[in-house]
Amino acid sequence: MDPLHYLAAHEAADLLARREVSSVELTRAAFDRVRALDDSLHAFLTLTEEEALAQAEAADERIARGDAGPLTGIPAAIKDVLCTKGVRTTCASRILESFVPPYDAFAVQRLKEAGCVMLGKANMDEFAMGSSGENSAFGPTGNPWDKERVPGGSSSGPAAAVSAGMAFYALGSDTGGSIRQPASHSGIVGFKPTYGRVSRYGLIAFGSSLDQIGPLTRSVRDAALVFQAVAGHDERDSTSASLDVPTVTEALAPDLKGMRIGVPKEYFMEGLDEHVRQAVRAAIDQMAGLGAEVDWEVSLPSTDHALAVYYIIAPSEASANLARYDGVKYGYSYSEGKSMWENMEKTREFGFGDEVKRRIMLGTYALSAGYYDAYYLKAQKVRTVIRREFDAAFQDHDVLVAPVSPTTAFKLGEKTDDPLQMYLSDVLTIPVNIAGLPGISVPCGFSRGDNGSRLPIGLQILAKPFDEPSLFRAAYAYEQASDWHKQHPEL
Amino acid sequence: MPLTPEEVRHNARLARVGLSDDEVSRFQSQLSQILDYFERLQEVDTENVPPTAHTLAMHNVMRDDEPHPSIDKEEVLANAPQREDDHFRVRAILE
Repeated sequence: MDPLHYLAAHEAADLLARREVSSVELTRAAFDRVRALDDSLHAFLTLTEEEALAQAEAADERIARGDAGPLTGIPAAIKDVLCTKGVRTTCASRILESFVPPYDAFAVQRLKEAGCVMLGKANMDEFAMGSSGENSAFGPTGNPWDKERVPGGSSSGPAAAVSAGMAFYALGSDTGGSIRQPASHSGIVGFKPTYGRVSRYGLIAFGSSLDQIGPLTRSVRDAALVFQAVAGHDERDSTSASLDVPTVTEALAPDLKGMRIGVPKEYFMEGLDEHVRQAVRAAIDQMAGLGAEVDWEVSLPSTDHALAVYYIIAPSEASANLARYDGVKYGYSYSEGKSMWENMEKTREFGFGDEVKRRIMLGTYALSAGYYDAYYLKAQKVRTVIRREFDAAFQDHDVLVAPVSPTTAFKLGEKTDDPLQMYLSDVLTIPVNIAGLPGISVPCGFSRGDNGSRLPIGLQILAKPFDEPSLFRAAYAYEQASDWHKQHPEL
Repeated sequence: MPLTPEEVRHNARLARVGLSDDEVSRFQSQLSQILDYFERLQEVDTENVPPTAHTLAMHNVMRDDEPHPSIDKEEVLANAPQREDDHFRVRAILE
């Protein structure tokens, strides 16, 4: 059996239910692990040990009363993009360095009701803009498999915390791959639900038509449990879907008999790392062995245009969303200027990092008079084309299967001077957000780094909107037939 | 078509983001490269294709207008960089 810190959340819950361990013990063990590892990994921005131990004691009482749910007493990390009442929430930005939210995000509130123990707030790319974690104003996060490499982004801290056994699971957000890509690079499971499934209330907004909250976990079952805890209608988010949330844990079955899997050709593009290609193909063969019918000839011809669509729409939405950071209501405020406008410009000059400024500039440009039709409106129309191609592919297939990222984790500093190269690492995760689909990353192998380190590879599984049961069925059957998710970094 | 430094500065002014000279020249080349990349969208035939603003088929979400308690005023003002009584304090807007 794995050491305590590498147990899946549901395995830890079994120990709690059998009273073989207490939530206080799990929580103390998690903080010991954080103290031993986080100076070098830097997965956390804020630790909440006192509150966590109080939550753990309350959870132990619930368990003793027989009033526990599947996540009661399990220690978790929360990406610092989610508002937590009374606990500093920075979005990894100088501009929110001292911001203390007066309320909890809906998803955080749901986890608290489920008896979650919150270890702290996890590092990320500033305002969730980035693919490596290196855009954090408070310093990058290391990959637990190879500390010279990035864990992926923007949920860099959540991915590293779960991969390194500091947290049993984490809550992240995914606007263009920010859950799935770091999960892939860090050797864990990462799930982005259908747009509209999880309320965005209290999620600090980046691209509002794309943002979605989801779990990073060490098993598919854990991802299903966290999804069920946080999904559901909330009238404070007008894009929250008023649909019943399926009990996806009931879809977890060991075979894929009758499941129709499509493999989109365009996702095996030029420039795809050979190890990634081989690992993903081997995983698909294994799914065929579990009874699935595999169609290798699916085509999504506009895949190649998704990146441009995304980098117009997301920065456009961001430029509007980030207008609220003006130094008046909260956060960093420059006050030495000669006028209100000078104060506002300096507040944003000193408060935002490079990538955030770049995206605000891009979005402002794309929305400005004379360019709106050529950029923003055109991107929205191509968005429709991409959605229609997915709709057509899902007519004959239950799920689509592809790589998560064209490469394994790259080195810290490798892409920081070339924003376009950094953007290209999102090319296989972005179409899912554009179409609002659910998508999951499941570990499917390793390649070797030049220093001999093992670098995880992720398998991406997509389903049609609101068909999370098919997605979980496929992910779980594959995971159970492999042992990649049971391998952990030696730390 | 590459952006000029004036266009970068104009755009920064629209977004109310101050930029150093160094940032202007860096963003000029980086943003030009990214805008070039966007040109590929012009290849896609979008004649008669409606735009997608978001992916859910929902419009005008309504709810009953019932009063609820709001967030405590003191908790909100606790984050204010400058406060005067129950207000956020800013530099004079009208000169």
